[in-house]
Amino acid sequence: MSLQQFINEAISPWLKEEAEDNDIVLSSRIRLARNFKEYPFPIVADEKTLEKVLDVFADHFAEHSLGKNANLELVRMSQLEPIEKRVLVEKHLISPSLAENQKTGAALISEDEQVSVMINEEDHIRIQLYQPGFQLEGALDYASKLDDWLEEKISYAFDENRGYLTSCPTNVGTGMRASVMMHLPALVITQQMNQIIPAINQLGLVVRGIYGEGSEALGNLFQISNQITLGKSEEDIVEDLKSVVKQLIEQERNARQRLMKNSAIQLEDKIFRSYGILANSRIIQSKEASKCLSDVRLGIDLGLIQNVSKTILNELMILTQPGFLQQYAKKGLTPEERDVKRATLIRERLNLEQE
Amino acid sequence: MECQECKKRPATVHFTQVVNGDKKEMHLCEYCAQEMGYMDYHDHNFSFHHLLSGLFNFDSGASLSGNQKEAFHNASVTKCEKCGMTYQEFTRVGKFGCENCYKTFDQHLNPIFRRVHSGNTKHDGKIPKRVGGNLHLKRNLQQYRLQLQNLIEKEEFEEAAKMRDQIRELEKKLSNAEDGES
Ligand SMILES: [Zn+2]
Ligand SMILES: [Zn+2]
Repeated sequence: MSLQQFINEAISPWLKEEAEDNDIVLSSRIRLARNFKEYPFPIVADEKTLEKVLDVFADHFAEHSLGKNANLELVRMSQLEPIEKRVLVEKHLISPSLAENQKTGAALISEDEQVSVMINEEDHIRIQLYQPGFQLEGALDYASKLDDWLEEKISYAFDENRGYLTSCPTNVGTGMRASVMMHLPALVITQQMNQIIPAINQLGLVVRGIYGEGSEALGNLFQISNQITLGKSEEDIVEDLKSVVKQLIEQERNARQRLMKNSAIQLEDKIFRSYGILANSRIIQSKEASKCLSDVRLGIDLGLIQNVSKTILNELMILTQPGFLQQYAKKGLTPEERDVKRATLIRERLNLEQE
Repeated sequence: MECQECKKRPATVHFTQVVNGDKKEMHLCEYCAQEMGYMDYHDHNFSFHHLLSGLFNFDSGASLSGNQKEAFHNASVTKCEKCGMTYQEFTRVGKFGCENCYKTFDQHLNPIFRRVHSGNTKHDGKIPKRVGGNLHLKRNLQQYRLQLQNLIEKEEFEEAAKMRDQIRELEKKLSNAEDGES
């Protein structure tokens, strides 16, 4: 398989779409946790019960489609090779816990990969909806429609006072986790993230690195999400998150402008060195790769680097994960072999841009 | 304790993984937890475990009064009839076993929810179409009554009269619906 083909299959189509503010907000996600009223939650339910849950999805929802959305395919964990599961985890379509539920775990995944309904994870149902860029409302609207559609056939565990009942008390109420993935290189370079993170936490939101910890987030990619699910409406939760994200976008834009004004040549140097490393290295660890990818993406956003597509950061952050590297190599790789394969894949990917 | 994955770094991430009822204790360093993809989905639970251990740390029994001890003892034998989960197990695992657990442990839940959800204990979001039943009507009714009060306070009696009619209509609808239910 050519690299282009591999990428086309590996990268969810929606990730390549242009969208609002997507120089800084790469994607938006809404997750809704739901459970069947009649069955115990997966943490205590026996296999037979969880199979009944699975049957409902096989009978009523698999091979169906909702609205404009392409077909939903039911993917059972029992039918997948370990490497295939790992790839789904790296694409954030399923969680590692679901991948481990070998017997009764499954996911209903849409053809465009914007929708993934995880079945028999911590809750019976976890609806996940992705949108490119900063589109939380659109994601919520879509997720809610999906939720209504499922409810036509499923009686949800719901209580007047407590809302949607979930296995973990941190999800009760709306059962909703709204999040955005943000690229914040200038705030990291100017060392502002360390002050911003605690301030955001105080507002009941959680900030963390997507591929790393705290302020050392790999690729300067951060996920911001709501902590509170009880006592606020879905719309209010999204609104509160949105207002914080908007401020962050503005701060990041300001920081980029200041950098360009005060230290343009240093910034340009940093960006092109990173480009040089990606274009030439023969061995590269994920930490260095993600740092360089972040620099290059910043260079593209600032107009310093041309003729390289914007999506290269998210694309290569995903493609250079261990699962994908091994799938591309079509065999298991030691960590050392992975570093070589990673360097090769990145060089080839950059070459594609030149063609 | 060392990380069970790399066996090098100290384990700082602890949680219980449950698959088909089999519980597996996981002790990982943050690096491995990240590498294995756990941070993305379990981040909120980590903090919850800390919260719970803060709330239910009864190991130092000496600091408890007699009444508290008794209350704790009673609570620990409370058992959900539907799924068999005891309150003690709930505080240890940090997860409910079924929807009935919420009813069974109800008297203990407000302090937990307040702690986790910034003081909130009552749902204020979406209501499911079918299972939610008359809740939609009830919630509208509540809102109308508030509006009515406002109008009366502002002495906008004409508007208030209209609102009162709407409330009556809604009340009728609700009582019809409730008759239909039984
Ligand atoms: Zn480790
Ligand atoms: Zn129960």
